[in-house]
Amino acid sequence: MSDAIFKIFRGDRGGGKLVEYQVPIAPGMVVLDALHYIQAHQAPDLAVRWNCKAGKCGSCSAEVNGRPRLTCKTRMDALPLNEPITVQPMKSFPIIRDLVTDVSWNYRVNRKIPPFTPRADVEWKMGQRDVDRVQEFRKCIECFLCQDVCHVLRDHDKGEQFGGPRFFVRIAGLEMHPLDRLSRTDLLKNEMGIGLCNITKCCTEVCPEDIHITDNAIIPLKERVVDDYYDPVRWFLRKIKRQPKDK
Amino acid sequence: MNEKFETHEHDVLIIGAGGAGLRAAIEALGQGATVAVVCKSLLGKAHTVMAEGGIAAAMANVDQADDWRTHFRDTMRGGKFLNNWRMAHIHAHESPERVRELEQWGALFDRTSSGDILQRAFGGHTFKRLCHVGDRTGLEMIRTLQDRGVNLGIDVYMECAVTRLLKDGERVSGALAYWRETGRFVVFKAKSIVIATGGIGKAWRITSNSWEYTGDGMALAYDAGAELMDMEFVQFHPTGMVWPPGVQGILVTEAVRGEGGVLRNKDGERFMERYDPDKMELSTRDVVARAIYTEVREGRGTEHGGAYLDISHRPAEYVKRKLPSMYHQFRELADVDITEGPMEVGPTCHYMMGGIRVEAETAQTTVPGLFAAGEAAAGLHGANRLGGNSLSDLLVFGRRAGLSAAEHAKQSGQVTIEAQDVLEATREMLEPFERPAGESPYDIHRDLQETMHNYVGIFRNEDDLKKGLSELDSLKARAEDVRVEGSRLFNPGWHLARDLKAMLTVSEAVALSALERQESRGAHSRIDYPNYNEGWSKQNNIIARGEHGMQLKQRSTEEMPAELQRILEGQ
Repeated sequence: MSDAIFKIFRGDRGGGKLVEYQVPIAPGMVVLDALHYIQAHQAPDLAVRWNCKAGKCGSCSAEVNGRPRLTCKTRMDALPLNEPITVQPMKSFPIIRDLVTDVSWNYRVNRKIPPFTPRADVEWKMGQRDVDRVQEFRKCIECFLCQDVCHVLRDHDKGEQFGGPRFFVRIAGLEMHPLDRLSRTDLLKNEMGIGLCNITKCCTEVCPEDIHITDNAIIPLKERVVDDYYDPVRWFLRKIKRQPKDK
Repeated sequence: MNEKFETHEHDVLIIGAGGAGLRAAIEALGQGATVAVVCKSLLGKAHTVMAEGGIAAAMANVDQADDWRTHFRDTMRGGKFLNNWRMAHIHAHESPERVRELEQWGALFDRTSSGDILQRAFGGHTFKRLCHVGDRTGLEMIRTLQDRGVNLGIDVYMECAVTRLLKDGERVSGALAYWRETGRFVVFKAKSIVIATGGIGKAWRITSNSWEYTGDGMALAYDAGAELMDMEFVQFHPTGMVWPPGVQGILVTEAVRGEGGVLRNKDGERFMERYDPDKMELSTRDVVARAIYTEVREGRGTEHGGAYLDISHRPAEYVKRKLPSMYHQFRELADVDITEGPMEVGPTCHYMMGGIRVEAETAQTTVPGLFAAGEAAAGLHGANRLGGNSLSDLLVFGRRAGLSAAEHAKQSGQVTIEAQDVLEATREMLEPFERPAGESPYDIHRDLQETMHNYVGIFRNEDDLKKGLSELDSLKARAEDVRVEGSRLFNPGWHLARDLKAMLTVSEAVALSALERQESRGAHSRIDYPNYNEGWSKQNNIIARGEHGMQLKQRSTEEMPAELQRILEGQ
């Protein structure tokens, strides 16, 4: 069996560089297997996040040959092995060490979202068809690859004004829950800056769960914001009621 | 207290942020306690996220004949009657309410045609009982609990690992931990502590468990003087992936069999007919795991040493809808389309039935102020756990642990932490950096996994177990000299050096208990004692720290009231 050459970012907030490692290839091997091999044989302190190694927890996100990927699902036989494979940390988040980044910003954004709030006296019955569309959003494993690739965050660093695709997906899951009674359009427009998204669909492309982030979450939410804020009748009603729906 | 360490004070400290820890936190907070949750990974990544098949609860949405009595009976039968019947009783009673509560907090289960929560068949359950979301039930559960907890205001200390429990006399008073990111130490002061750290799968070579599963909580409790129970009962899930090598052990949900999946050997024979003709593929996990293992050992295994599991007779769309993550897992990692052909599967170390001994109603351990719930605790599952009973366990006993911990904190006076204890605990952590020479923790870990796999696996015998114990002794000695390279900044080698100690302690408890129990029962199979032994039918093995190391004794199970006994005897 032949070897693969890896170039892996080693460093911390103070800087770093790509370091080369040679790893024997096994059948069916994924990039995370190679990172574990390097830890066990060459660099015991190589910092990597991972948990399930089965694409279910979303911990092992990194950029493989420049593409945001789950390393546990990136097969070596799908990569060109005649050149070194580069593995770098997600660019949109501050680096902690090696491949580990500080993703705490995501958890702070999440706190802003009002929770599921059922209608009063609700009967807990729902049809599968109504649940289907929300279950798509609930598949999200919080790998934050969509946040990493989103140019509003990656290139324009708008983290203070913009929630990012992950949280549009989460809000869509709440807004479209058949039994939820809140409206979160106010939050979407003002604090989450959904207007900054210009639907380039980069997030959808990298989603390992194949969630149609742009089409099924972001665009319908944008429409809700438009309805609540820019429809003249609703705009007028809002003026007299101050808030869209109950808040 | 010592000023130089970052210190946080809460009424209740919860170690572990899986289903049990988060459910405990929500309950303790509801009681007015201040709550901290400490977890080794990021929030939402705990092993609960990987649970696939469902939550067992006798809601009778699909099979109207189901009720708590049948669930109780199934659980006790599955556990070969070694279960703590009080826990099995509470669990069967309270699971439906815990599931409904989850739904009211926003969880979205699959639905029946009348709009209720859909339930599916699973091994050992008489009726269709598992409330589920395709094959990603654990993700739904952890996300629901996580969002609820964060919204209510729990303080979560992520990527923070506890290395020692601190005591004030007999009772617990806090814990020492380190931040994985910086390597700095942090002291938690608390009146009550809940251990919800899960199991010990990482001590075996082939496992479905993640790096976190190193028996930390069991070792912490043991070191603090608590008792461990039933440690010989380690569940090997019958169906883990066997090929390619890198994915060996990754779980293939029992829901595949619940949805009609069929097991065959390389000759095409549906071999479960020979092991459990009544229940076939939906027999209990201990039986199916041994069946596959035996087929392989006797030369009827597949190319890569497993059995075939086939669901391709079901319509492709149905398989993709009910088992989406299995479909993707096999397509992406093994180049197999499960709607077209069979998967190759084999046993994988999955779950620890044993754990910290607790009181059924309160989840209190034998140490005042120390509670335990979920996989880290023992009792509910006896000698073998039924699929689906884990998620319900987390909810039912997580809640009870949170409740009891909050009540204990209310009644408890101030606790103190001895500066000397903290210093000693930090010294222990720093030693591996100071050694000029020594072994890599990765090498010792690899050898530990081989030892447990070879000598304390699915089938056991006296010679192997003795050999295993002597290997563990030498591994312990090697671990004393472990050396860590690099700095304290997010250093996995250093983290493993600590986790290794916990794994060694818990592995010893497993091997000792397995050697002692001279019979086969549930997940514990002794080749040299292949049958039940009546003398062992009401005895639990108990492990505790003695003056000269680990001590083992037996404890008789409590006599069951006549009315519960009658339920067990029913059909």
